[in-house]
Amino acid sequence: MSNIVLETKKLTKYFNDPLRMQVLKEIDLQVDHGEFVSIVGKSGCGKSTLLYLLSTMDTDYEGQIYLDEELITGKTDKELAQMRNESIGFVFQFHYLLNEFNVLRNVMLPGLKLGKLSEEEIEQNAIEHLRTLDMHEHALKMPNQLSGGQKQRVAIARALINKPLIIMGDEPTGNLDKKNSDIVFDIFNQLTKEHNQTLLIVTHDPDFANRTHRIITMEDGKILS
Amino acid sequence: MNFKLVFSIAVHLMRSRLKQTVIAGVGVTFGIAMFITLVSFMYGMNDLLDGLIINRTPHVRLYNEIKPSENQPVNLAEKHKHDVNFIHSIKPKDRGKSIYNAKSIIQSLKQDQRVFDVAPKITTPVFFNSGTIEISGVANGIDVLIEEKLFSLNDYMVEGKIEDLRQNNSIVIGKGLSDKMLLKTGDIIKITTPRGNLASMKIVGIIQIGIADIDDITSYTSLTMAQKLLGAPKNYITDIQVKIHDIDLAPALAKEYKNKYNVDTIDFQTTNSQFETGTTIRSIISYAVGIVLLIVAGFGIYNILNMMIFEKMDSIAILKATGFSGNDVKWIFMILSMVIGICGGVLGLVFGFIFSNIIDVIPFNTAALPTVKTFPVNYNPLFYIIGITFALITTFIAGLFPALKASKVDPVEIIRGK
Ligand SMILES: Nc1ncnc2c1ncn2[C@@H]1O[C@H](COP(=O)(O)OP(=O)(O)O)[C@@H](O)[C@H]1O
Ligand SMILES: [Mg+2]
Repeated sequence: MSNIVLETKKLTKYFNDPLRMQVLKEIDLQVDHGEFVSIVGKSGCGKSTLLYLLSTMDTDYEGQIYLDEELITGKTDKELAQMRNESIGFVFQFHYLLNEFNVLRNVMLPGLKLGKLSEEEIEQNAIEHLRTLDMHEHALKMPNQLSGGQKQRVAIARALINKPLIIMGDEPTGNLDKKNSDIVFDIFNQLTKEHNQTLLIVTHDPDFANRTHRIITMEDGKILS
Repeated sequence: MNFKLVFSIAVHLMRSRLKQTVIAGVGVTFGIAMFITLVSFMYGMNDLLDGLIINRTPHVRLYNEIKPSENQPVNLAEKHKHDVNFIHSIKPKDRGKSIYNAKSIIQSLKQDQRVFDVAPKITTPVFFNSGTIEISGVANGIDVLIEEKLFSLNDYMVEGKIEDLRQNNSIVIGKGLSDKMLLKTGDIIKITTPRGNLASMKIVGIIQIGIADIDDITSYTSLTMAQKLLGAPKNYITDIQVKIHDIDLAPALAKEYKNKYNVDTIDFQTTNSQFETGTTIRSIISYAVGIVLLIVAGFGIYNILNMMIFEKMDSIAILKATGFSGNDVKWIFMILSMVIGICGGVLGLVFGFIFSNIIDVIPFNTAALPTVKTFPVNYNPLFYIIGITFALITTFIAGLFPALKASKVDPVEIIRGK
């Protein structure tokens, strides 16, 4: 068995509105198991677009994407949802939590959706994750009672709940101050070190990028290095 | 699909917009409650008016009409059989009003599967004497038990019971008659027949059909008393009243019996052509109003769900990003809508029942129906079944479109939009 978690072949994306424009140009990319990879590049070069394709949320592209050596291009909405649920953890720049649910429930939801464990086990795991992120004291708070950094930690706990193959982040520290950015980086770093977690993080922050295993630089829809 | 999870998400979404949810539910409740109340009341009214007419009228009546013989002797004579004969001044032949062979006709009718029951009757004009005044009227000789079974006469008895007629020499008279002649239950009334027979009878009850023309002249006695009064034999019967299971068959049966038994017949539809229209129109109006109310409630749900989906775009995007499929999202909003529909609908049924009960105790006095003291209400469970079914269908449809819209929300667009 090879070690490649995520692979793209000639990944190409166009936007048609307002003008036909090629955003991604035949991108070939590989991420190995246990790697902590960051993507950097100027604003507007297509980093987010790439990440949305990789996360299977956007299916309008040319080329192929393989997740764990399985071709995911052309799968149905239902199958893709299943893959997102099981194999991909996503952390956004803005701390997207469900305001209707408390912190614990937010973390548990993808686990409940997956349905592989009992509710008690999922709750146990969720509390465990919150504890490693030092958020367990806030488990019963509502999201609007948390600070930005705290919300981002909850989002990371949520991304972890199904033990995903890979965690993707679109500028997860972009909206945080230095101190909170460091906390988030440390969490990611600890995940790769201790749990061999694969991470693919888009970032603006050179400090952040320099501390990762590998940096992918993008320009005008192409990968430079 | 994990129903429990989807349901719990729907409930949480609802709780965060409790006020709108309640308003949407109240719309359904109001619609269903009004529908139930209206239909129950209208059908109660229909039953009452049906009772006024259907209950008192036989579906098919067999009798002998006074008319000339169809075959005049001259046509029977061998010599003139093939000529064209003009006969002037034909008089009706008195064949008597008695139906020939009535007993065997009744037997035969009772065998008929389509027939509910058959009641023999004697109708004769009489004079009621009280002191020096003489009032002309009608005496009906009836088979008390069958007549009560077919026409619920007890519902119209103001005093006494129709069963009391089984006593010898007893009579029930119309309210108008009793008022005019100042007679009450227990009094003796003298009766003269057209042939001059005289009888004294004891009044055991007073009946009020609700139509003054009838109440002023009518009286009831037993079949045997009527025969005795007329000095007629035991097989003397002037009318055979038939009630059938399916009233729509009445015209056809009337024709059939006319040929089969060689008597005159008349069916319910011919005697009461105007009546059915009213019933139909009342039902249509109540259903139409009920459905309109529900459609309005449906639009309320549609609007509120649309608004909710607009507000919850972020939540939908997160759900999709974390692995909920379009189908799951659709069901979240369908369930939301159905919960509103079921809760609103069930409450609507309860309120509908309460409103019906309130109408049921509002006093309603009418001379037409002495036994009716309050507004009539029909508590047919079918209305409740129709009501809740409509509620579910409306909310299902009202929820379907917003839910489909939600299922198609593109999470990338929302996430990028921030
Ligand atoms: N929905 C869209 N329609 C048209 N053009 C878009 C759309 N989304 C992004 N773009 C364009 O695609 C390019 C890449 O965007 P994006 O991937 O968000 O860049 P980055 O995340 O690297 O800053 C930008 O020039 C942006 O204007
Ligand atoms: Mg971006």
